[in-house]
Amino acid sequence: MQIGTTVVRSHEAILETNKVIRNTYILLSMTLIFSGFMAFLSIALQASFGMAFAATLIGIGLLWFALPRTQNSAAGIPVIFGVTGLLGFGLGPMISYYLSVNPSIVMVAMGGTGAIFLGLSGYALTTRKDFSFLGGFLFVGLLVAIGAMFLNLFLGIPALALAVSAAVIMIMSGLILYQTSALINGGETNYIAATAGLFLSILNIFTSLLHILGIFGDD
Amino acid sequence: MDWLKIGSGILLVAMFFFILPSAKRMVQNSPKGSISDWMGYIVPIGVIALFVVLLIALV
Repeated sequence: MQIGTTVVRSHEAILETNKVIRNTYILLSMTLIFSGFMAFLSIALQASFGMAFAATLIGIGLLWFALPRTQNSAAGIPVIFGVTGLLGFGLGPMISYYLSVNPSIVMVAMGGTGAIFLGLSGYALTTRKDFSFLGGFLFVGLLVAIGAMFLNLFLGIPALALAVSAAVIMIMSGLILYQTSALINGGETNYIAATAGLFLSILNIFTSLLHILGIFGDD
Repeated sequence: MDWLKIGSGILLVAMFFFILPSAKRMVQNSPKGSISDWMGYIVPIGVIALFVVLLIALV
């Protein structure tokens, strides 16, 4: 016997969902601008790879340990700016390197990332599909990608690095659909946590695109 | 092997173990998707793959 279910959401719940979506996109825009500014600062200061790595480590530390404790209060706002700013600063030397070999790679990667994010968000927002079924698949894929990245630190196989970058773009694209669908369907009610998730997906797509374009751009 | 590589390795291992519990929970609790649900994921991802190929052709 098949049982059909109809979910009736109250007017207040819909208003609340729309508020979370609006706040998420406002905060995401602000954190992306801030992160871009920090990346620019890192390039201007000619930050070393060591400095960038330290900034990334502190950013990840804040993301893992400070954000979950503060995301339900106003204290989460400076923390999310700290996370995104430090991760942006961490990108400086890599962007600087690609700018020195072929500036068009950075521009194409930026434009491409923006187009992918807008396209996927638009798709999830207009179709209002529920992508919650993707959760297990995407997280297992992420673990496999991390394992492959770790192996390739020792093996140094360019084809494996390329495959991992391609896989990361696919996984992060799936995560954008998953997270946007969670926002629409009420699965995610915290706009700071939602911003952090979407920001990380965008950041990973950008760095993976840079890597792929760098390899195929023959630079 | 330089210290940056060692640091990256440690970070990746930490990331793996940090994500592992969430992944386990997700695998256990995620609803099963139908064929049409999966097509709703595969089609846009296919478009993204083609778009990346286009970007590669641009540089």
